[in-house]
Amino acid sequence: MDLRPISTLPTDDERAAVDAVLGAPGVVPQALREARGRRHLLLPGLHAIQDRCGWVSAGALGYLCERLHVPPAEAYGVASFYALFALSARPPTALHVCDDLACHAAGAPALIATLTQRLGPAGETRAGATWHPSPCLGLCERAPAAMLTVAGAAPRATAWGPVDAAACVDAVARGEAPTPAPALIPQRGRAAYPERLLARVGVVDPTSLDAYRAAGGYAALRLALERGPAFVLREVTDSGLVGRGGAAFPTGRKWAAVAAQAGRPKYLVCNADESEPGTFKDRVLMEEDPFALIEAMTIAGTTVGAEQGFLYLRGEYPLARARLTAALAAARERGLLGDDVMGRGVRFDIELRLGAGAYICGEETALFASLEGFRGEPRTKPPFPVEAGLFGRPTVVNNVETLVNVLGIVRDGAAAYRALGTAGSPGTRLFCVSGKVARPGLFELPFGVTLRALLELAGADDPAAVLLGGAAGTFVGRDDLDLPLTFEDTRAAGATLGSGVVLVLDRTVALGPVLARIAQFFRDESCGQCVPCRVGTVRQEELITRLARGKPHGTVATERALLAELGQCMRDASICGLGQTASSAIESAVARLKVFADEVTP
Amino acid sequence: MIRLPIYPAEPRRRPTDGPVRDVALTIDGAAVRVPEGATVLDACAAAGIEVPTLCFAANLTPVNACRICVVELEGARTLVPSCSRTVEAGMVVRTDSPRVRTARKLVLELLGSSVDLSATPHVARWIERYDAHPARFGPAAAPAAAGARDAAAPGHHHVGDGATAATVAQPAKVDNDLFVRDYGKCILCYKCVEACGDDAQHTYAIAVAGRGFDARISTELATPLPDSACVFCGNCVNACPTGALVFTREFELRRDGQWDEARQQETTTVCPYCGVGCAITLRTQDNQVVRVTSPLDSSVTGGNLCVKGRFGWQYVGDRPPPDTK
Ligand SMILES: Cc1cc2nc3c(=O)[nH]c(=O)nc-3n(C[C@H](O)[C@H](O)[C@H](O)COP(=O)(O)O)c2cc1C
Ligand code: SF4
Ligand code: SF4
Ligand code: SF4
Ligand code: FES
Ligand code: FES
Repeated sequence: MDLRPISTLPTDDERAAVDAVLGAPGVVPQALREARGRRHLLLPGLHAIQDRCGWVSAGALGYLCERLHVPPAEAYGVASFYALFALSARPPTALHVCDDLACHAAGAPALIATLTQRLGPAGETRAGATWHPSPCLGLCERAPAAMLTVAGAAPRATAWGPVDAAACVDAVARGEAPTPAPALIPQRGRAAYPERLLARVGVVDPTSLDAYRAAGGYAALRLALERGPAFVLREVTDSGLVGRGGAAFPTGRKWAAVAAQAGRPKYLVCNADESEPGTFKDRVLMEEDPFALIEAMTIAGTTVGAEQGFLYLRGEYPLARARLTAALAAARERGLLGDDVMGRGVRFDIELRLGAGAYICGEETALFASLEGFRGEPRTKPPFPVEAGLFGRPTVVNNVETLVNVLGIVRDGAAAYRALGTAGSPGTRLFCVSGKVARPGLFELPFGVTLRALLELAGADDPAAVLLGGAAGTFVGRDDLDLPLTFEDTRAAGATLGSGVVLVLDRTVALGPVLARIAQFFRDESCGQCVPCRVGTVRQEELITRLARGKPHGTVATERALLAELGQCMRDASICGLGQTASSAIESAVARLKVFADEVTP
Repeated sequence: MIRLPIYPAEPRRRPTDGPVRDVALTIDGAAVRVPEGATVLDACAAAGIEVPTLCFAANLTPVNACRICVVELEGARTLVPSCSRTVEAGMVVRTDSPRVRTARKLVLELLGSSVDLSATPHVARWIERYDAHPARFGPAAAPAAAGARDAAAPGHHHVGDGATAATVAQPAKVDNDLFVRDYGKCILCYKCVEACGDDAQHTYAIAVAGRGFDARISTELATPLPDSACVFCGNCVNACPTGALVFTREFELRRDGQWDEARQQETTTVCPYCGVGCAITLRTQDNQVVRVTSPLDSSVTGGNLCVKGRFGWQYVGDRPPPDTK
């Protein structure tokens, strides 16, 4: 492969940003050798340029390609895949304003209209700043939310909420956002549900390793290293823990499969890409209890025989990034990560990697592609990640909440874990409650509590429509409030818990535009690889937009039939879960809530 | 600074070692035996069942992106792409069930309503077979202006009123004398990218850029081909199943309504230039060379040629020599 470079030269700043990630360049033959096998640094390199300069110029892209020996066309294909990278000149200050579901219910459309007046149309540069609408920022309990990014030698990013137009205009003008408030845990003092995952949240200082240890931290890792992998595997399997990322796969089975693989290296990946609209549980855990995730990843890695873990964090979570970066450094310094974990002769370390604005990168195989420096396009399964995952090696990939559950399982045993929840869904579950409720926030309930009890706790007076599981989930209505929140009961009811989203809409919220926003989301986030999803999500958006405007092609009934056929094709023939679930929430609203049931009178 | 662990290079695909056994499976009720490692598509062919394919080619790594080849596999939650799914003993496959027919019909409708398929072989027949009606999604939206699709930002799109169906229609890119990129006909099958990259040419001049419906085949920064890494081997043109990549002569004839397969013939010969001796097939119309290909099963070329064999035939007629730069 003999590459033709981009002829534009980088600026000094761009060169410095890339060199800060890759190290200073060597002499040419050595540089070539060192470039081989470093493709995975493409995304970190693009982030460094974006953070330093506010956009990725031709010269900067060319320099990065030269350093990594990546063909420019491929690097361009990667850079243009991610929403957080700008490929045309953009000012250093950018405001991303959420107009997704919870924020929509909290007045985002009016906010966007006001900002269009006061800051100019989205994407336009005024006074050294620009703004964009954004999909869910994972701050739904504080809707409406926004994120400010300021590029430079010391780049800053803050995501916060609730915002109003004045706060947005002020933040853009000053290049400075308010300090985000701590997490909301409304169940405290209201209900006697035991807190397992939330126990330290808002209680123990998340910036202090000593405080974490004083609160019982690292007891589980000590025990795991003393008793060995077989013990941990047995407890995790016996606990019946299933994944919290959405697919509900038994964690013990996954770990055992990778532990049984002979070859090295193996990898552990923590999926912290949390981008499902309405989801914010992983963010709260990482911001408020970062050491717990690091300890849990260390247990997982040492159990399955991985020496390297990757924490793939959503790019829009600046506070979680700062807390995790500090926590990783502290753990490394104290020998809790590294070549000799806890002095027991095992090696394990964790690298933090950032996503760049692509919901699809939460799909596990797309996540691998992204980590490897490719476009976040899902891969066909089989082969499954436990055989051929990251870099083609056996890989465990788990959600943040799944992993944090492991601490209690190892410390207290599988039997104690199963004391809460149901036989089919043991333990507790985090629920991200947002929308039209008096007390939005993160709730931890034993599996089996009913939706009604959760909504009462959150103060939902008029739950006309409840979206369970996010944009890829299902709507339920008033008739479904006695649904016990377990995997088995939701499945039997044709619904899903998904990522734990409980988004409440009351009668004041028109469902047509909400469904249109969901359809827009899938069109924006489809990776574009397969026809059913790439074109299907476009046709679905067009169809829902027509129905929401009361302007169907033909009758509403023919449009509903077309939607059903489209949904079947996307569900049956798409490559990955995105396309397979892209019509799920919309079809459930049509079926259960009778949206678009009436013919429009012309 | 981030620590730099050393990783193995990306894995390459399937080694086939050891003796090859036969695998027995059932397709549409009939017993079929094929060698292990064969795909379900191979097995369907062995059973004499025609399965439509668009993104599959025997000499390229399957990307299973178009999904027109899906079949129903007993026990699987979703349909599976036959072009890339390896056979397993005891598989029970259906190629014409209602679910398969609906999926194929919709794939044809989705493509037919967004892409100009007029130069894609077989599609008209499949549209009839699956009773597809691309017009169900409404009238086509206005074509994009030149360069507009190249500038689309991921994660954002203009939200319309749903009255018209978005398409990839756009002016053809004519930036060199040898071939035209008419991306209004592109179904994004990835074949050109594979032919330019890992599977044949290793030049990596083009890749998929953008995301979702805005995904497109592009050089870096949408630079014109002569300024890119392209060496004008034409292997991408050879791989393109839709006529989106088309030799300039053929593009002009089709544009002018002069393309007439009844007046054409194919002559297989050997490239006159170097000592490698690549097999080439000259397609001629009225004694003028209109297209040069190489047989996919040629042991010398595997279907690929270089710029000389592919484009250096002007001297055969009386056209002026090519000017690549
Ligand atoms: C489109 C899509 C997006 C996803 N996003 C996430 C995500 O943000 N976080 C997550 O943990 N899992 C996500 N998943 C599920 C992952 O593919 C995978 O199943 C999960 O990370 C496995 O971890 P678990 O077993 O602990 O749940 C997503 C799946 C799809 C199809
Ligand atoms: S279903 Fe959608 S997101 Fe998934 S691979 Fe296909 S196009 Fe990409
Ligand atoms: S002509 Fe050859 S080098 Fe140029 S884009 Fe096509 S395959 Fe690549
Ligand atoms: S240009 Fe042709 S070969 Fe390339 S992706 Fe489009 S249809 Fe396929
Ligand atoms: S932060 Fe706006 S919907 Fe989640
Ligand atoms: S031919 Fe199999 S997916 Fe395209």
